[in-house]
Amino acid sequence: MGLTTIDWVIMAVYFAFVLGIGAALKRYMKTSADFFLAGRSIPAWVCGLAFISANLGAQEVIGMGASGAKYGILTSHFYWIGAIPAMVFVGIFMMPFYYGSRARSVPEYLRLRFDEKTRGLNAISFATMTIFSSGISMYAMAKLIQTLHFLDGPFRALGLPQAWIFHTGIIVSALVVLTYIYLGGLTSAIYNEVLQFFLIVAGFMPLVWLGLKNVGGWQGLKATLGPSYVHSWVGMANPHTNRLGVEWFGLAMGLGFVLSFGYWCTDFLVVQRAMAANSMAAARRTPLIAAVPKMLFPFLVILPGLIAIALPTQAPPINGPQGSSVSAPAGQGLIPAKLDATTGQPVLDNNGHPQLDYDLAVPNLLLHYFPTGILGLGLTALLASFMSGMAGNVTAFNTVWTHDIYEPYIHPGAGDAHYLMMGKMATIFGIALSVAGAYLATRFNNIMDMLQLVFAFVNAPLFATFLLGMFWKRATGHGAFTGLLSGTFAAAVHHGRTLSEGAIPGIKGGWLGVIHNYPSEMAQNFWTAIYAWTTCFAVTILVSLFTKAPEESRLVGLVYSMTERPSEGNLSWYKRPIYLGAMILAATVLLNLVFR
Amino acid sequence: MGLDIRLPIGMLFTIFGIMLIFFGLFSNPSLYAQSLGINVNLNWGVVLLVFGAIMFFLGARAMFFAQHPPETPNAEGREPRH
Repeated sequence: MGLTTIDWVIMAVYFAFVLGIGAALKRYMKTSADFFLAGRSIPAWVCGLAFISANLGAQEVIGMGASGAKYGILTSHFYWIGAIPAMVFVGIFMMPFYYGSRARSVPEYLRLRFDEKTRGLNAISFATMTIFSSGISMYAMAKLIQTLHFLDGPFRALGLPQAWIFHTGIIVSALVVLTYIYLGGLTSAIYNEVLQFFLIVAGFMPLVWLGLKNVGGWQGLKATLGPSYVHSWVGMANPHTNRLGVEWFGLAMGLGFVLSFGYWCTDFLVVQRAMAANSMAAARRTPLIAAVPKMLFPFLVILPGLIAIALPTQAPPINGPQGSSVSAPAGQGLIPAKLDATTGQPVLDNNGHPQLDYDLAVPNLLLHYFPTGILGLGLTALLASFMSGMAGNVTAFNTVWTHDIYEPYIHPGAGDAHYLMMGKMATIFGIALSVAGAYLATRFNNIMDMLQLVFAFVNAPLFATFLLGMFWKRATGHGAFTGLLSGTFAAAVHHGRTLSEGAIPGIKGGWLGVIHNYPSEMAQNFWTAIYAWTTCFAVTILVSLFTKAPEESRLVGLVYSMTERPSEGNLSWYKRPIYLGAMILAATVLLNLVFR
Repeated sequence: MGLDIRLPIGMLFTIFGIMLIFFGLFSNPSLYAQSLGINVNLNWGVVLLVFGAIMFFLGARAMFFAQHPPETPNAEGREPRH
């Protein structure tokens, strides 16, 4: 592939700006509140774009393109059902408690509302999760750089072994993220996320434009791909009549309710962005502002996947440095067949057909349409998306580590300067641990799959705890703690007793003996989440009723019925969360109708 | 925070815009066979430049007014200086 000087210059200019922003913010980092909470001084629109960008990691840009190629426009459910309603909910109903309580993090809210053990459980599992997520992001990025071969030329010219490309990807991304967060804390992460947001839009818009022009627009896609790719609701009555393999109830409850609300309403990675806002009103508007681009992202990140699969099939351009030396089976469109990393042989599914490497949909589309120049912009956008995902995890980690693990359990009662220093240290060892995680992923792919599974078990019940905590003043700490543990346990048991069609018992489920088969892995995941949530909800209520009610005076500002509604009488109508939320939901319904 | 984020965003996109416009103007037209015959560098460079300039203007104006609160609306502070 032909990267020329201009592409490298674009990349270099971008990295210079990323680091420059960190350096420019250094002098404002005086207290721990500056470092961990951006001094609670960021305007709503900046928080909103960072809110969306922190989530716009590799999983989003590469993964949603891949899902677009695999499932078609049904992937939009991950946005219109699986994100927007939860984002509106957190802005209107939950933000008053996060921002209004004295909490500096989500686990700290749990301590104020419930007790120390609930917070400890959440803080430790969350901190571990962020480390591995950022490690996986780093791994995926280095892997992609390796697959796209765009460093091969420079490395050969410098006489460096090709094996170092992977290490270079890891080390450089780690150092860049480390530098700008170390210097400018959360503000720097947020500012860079906003920059990355615009860059990703700028890199992907021309791609979608060229692609749509080429395939004859939406009508052209419809004609080439057929109805199963271009309808998001037709066929959702039965799991066997749509590409996702899920029925509408599992989708709405599993994805739309449990998983989506669990992520957008409780994950400190995104909530932290809103907590940095300069006022309560701005904090509540943050997820609502974020919902607007989120609603439109399917056109930016899913359409490339559909375009890639709709184009005429051709020899994959990036099989090897010389291209022709590897004989791979034909893929579909621009998507090549998947090759086994160690043997180089095509990976076959249960029916003996070669599997497609959907993750290459978006990168291949970039290489297909972009000539040198704008190609540099596109690749920079891709790198930006990896780094924003990583940085989000790192800032969430350093805050939770310092405020929820180090301060309460390791070294309480130190001065502010000490905790500021610890936050900076946590940034360093957090990133070092992520690098270790990235290398762990290269050695033991199964360990990563297993960890992600465990995290899914831990996360699934979370929203039940928060919902009861915020809206039912009788909920107790013992209730919340046992509820969380039983929810996780229920998720594990459900996963162990079920399997998706065609899967082998083991990491995919069924390790306790299969009693039910789901039509797809996705359906199994959604139902695992539904079981976990319901168990946590029921157990929390039961145990709460049998334990001593919390003192009401303690709950002011933490529970709905004990808290004054934030006044918004002085805000103009378009700044009021309730109106904004209603407009966003109406627009989402409209989009679903158009693409039904 | 003392730095308005629109300033660096505006600067970055202005630089990208100018780079792509110049490259688009002087590059070999055969380069654009893969982008359907459209000179994407030139076209998209213009879009980036316009966006960058607007962001830079908004950011610079906001930072100027943050440092010099306007007492009377006058035309003097039109061009913020750094």
